[in-house]
Amino acid sequence: MPKAVIKGAGYALIHANDMVVTHGTTLTAEAAKNPDSQLFSDVAANLQSYEETVAYPPNQCYIGNVTPEELNNLPKPWYENGLENACRQGKMGEVMPLDEFIGIMKICDSFDLVMIEKDFVEHTKKALEAHGMFSAEEIATIGNGHDLEKIEPRVAEHKADPIMFDGKLVGCVKQAHDSDPNLNSHIMFENMVAKASGVVALKNLLIKNDIDPESIDYIIETSEEACGDMNQRGGGNFAKAIGEVAGLKNATGSDTRAFCAAPVHGLVNATALVSSGIFKNVVVVAGGATAKLGMNSKDHLKKGVPVLENAIGAFAILVSKDDGVSPFVRTDAIGRHRIGSGSSPQAVTSAIITDPLDKINLKITDIDKYSVEMQNPEITKPAGAGDVPEANYKMIAALGVKRGDIDRKELLNFVKQHGMTGWALTQGHIPSGVPYVGFAREALMNGEIKRAMIVGKGSLFLARMTNLFDGVSFILEQNTGIVEESSFSKDEVRSLIAESMRKLGESLVEDKE
Amino acid sequence: MDLENQARINALVEEHGAENIVVLLGGAEAEASGLAAETVTVGDPTFAGPLAGVELGLAVYHIFELKDYVDETVWDEQISMMEMVLDVDEIVEEVKSFRDQGSKYNK
Repeated sequence: MPKAVIKGAGYALIHANDMVVTHGTTLTAEAAKNPDSQLFSDVAANLQSYEETVAYPPNQCYIGNVTPEELNNLPKPWYENGLENACRQGKMGEVMPLDEFIGIMKICDSFDLVMIEKDFVEHTKKALEAHGMFSAEEIATIGNGHDLEKIEPRVAEHKADPIMFDGKLVGCVKQAHDSDPNLNSHIMFENMVAKASGVVALKNLLIKNDIDPESIDYIIETSEEACGDMNQRGGGNFAKAIGEVAGLKNATGSDTRAFCAAPVHGLVNATALVSSGIFKNVVVVAGGATAKLGMNSKDHLKKGVPVLENAIGAFAILVSKDDGVSPFVRTDAIGRHRIGSGSSPQAVTSAIITDPLDKINLKITDIDKYSVEMQNPEITKPAGAGDVPEANYKMIAALGVKRGDIDRKELLNFVKQHGMTGWALTQGHIPSGVPYVGFAREALMNGEIKRAMIVGKGSLFLARMTNLFDGVSFILEQNTGIVEESSFSKDEVRSLIAESMRKLGESLVEDKE
Repeated sequence: MDLENQARINALVEEHGAENIVVLLGGAEAEASGLAAETVTVGDPTFAGPLAGVELGLAVYHIFELKDYVDETVWDEQISMMEMVLDVDEIVEEVKSFRDQGSKYNK
């Protein structure tokens, strides 16, 4: 079977302080209970500025400017040790300011649902022109904007959700229907942000890897939002909506949902589409979630930590047919948490880590780096959730001890050598395995490592449809450079030759007789 | 503790009686396990859920305290890995302290 390779990865963070207050569920839930709560001013006073967000070391890691190894050696707490001369543009992505992003929300607005105030339109257009991601024609679609007097009453009457910038109303996202709850302004706002942030990540992937948008055949979108109306709440489809804005004219696509595990499911599906020969280039993309902004803000404030969940995360990864150099996905060792696997951490870890290793006779130590749930510990520790990647590595190591792959006293060494510190925002699907794919590609191509395992896990029970947990994984391996173009596998060729030899042998015997 | 779980525990107590319920925790960390133990004994310390101010006094144990009651094979398959990873003593001590203070049944 031809190989499917990771051809490139793009990552984006959108600085979204105003959306923490207007659309993060921790804050909106508080607003519903206690509209005059002190929490709003406390959160607003403890958010990192755009410059601080750019300089925050884990964010620099997310966009590819600081490697996970370098991040681990930087002084902590990272939020008090921002990097000097940090750049918004990274090797693999960027940290975008909100004023530019609001303009992109309008560029993404197919149904005239986004209204932006006139003066702000001028501002955002100039910022986008300077940025260079969109053409003059695309920027022109933002239009001339609206008077604030037209926007304010819609927000006041709850027929639109506010778009704020620096605490001021600069626009709104309107409801798309009078009575359909799935098209109300809140959901339209969330979906518009998911779509637009997906576009920013996808554009970063295309531009920074010099990929022709028209070469993409298929898009798999793997965020945690749902778009549809009251007759089909999750009808879809973000994939084509994002691809349309990014100019992927030759692609179709669909949405894959599996909570935080969806990106890895998406990559496994993309691998199957490519290695089967159905498509040559498949993009897996996801925008971010406004709901999770400031999710742990109450705990952060209590512990004197800035409200670090102040950006929307997004990513895009291209899976392509074998180019002979990019790392490839081992299709013979896909890990999956089966319905019958059981939901204890041990059962889950066995199903997604050791079962696939057993299939190809590898030990736990044969994987150089594991990319698990890569949440930034500075966000999760003050919230009582501990160091999530470290906990994952300890579980893998413990399983290694049980299997006899490593000695018990080597447990912590294994964590150090095969693990990484976390750097991703707590945006659910964003930290789940995929943040390392870009780094893994580089490390595999320059020979630093031989194999990496990308792991996605998802808490399906949150939807109340099943108590099951979920997880999938795949192994990325250095490319041998031998491109298998044929649709025959080596085994098939071998058996064909063997069959011919056998027939030849039989005919020789017959001739002799 | 999750507000919905608080409501479910409350409903189970109403249905079966507090003396007939044992809460079995599987928390991965001492503080969170302690909070859960506190909630089902003396009430929700965050005063956010249905058990705020409700002293159920339930018997509460962490699974690590009940190793002797679990089939060895099941323990090996389901729990032994986490037993190696987590701070068992700290978790057990935290849960026990809340049980000693607040449990009225099955101590």
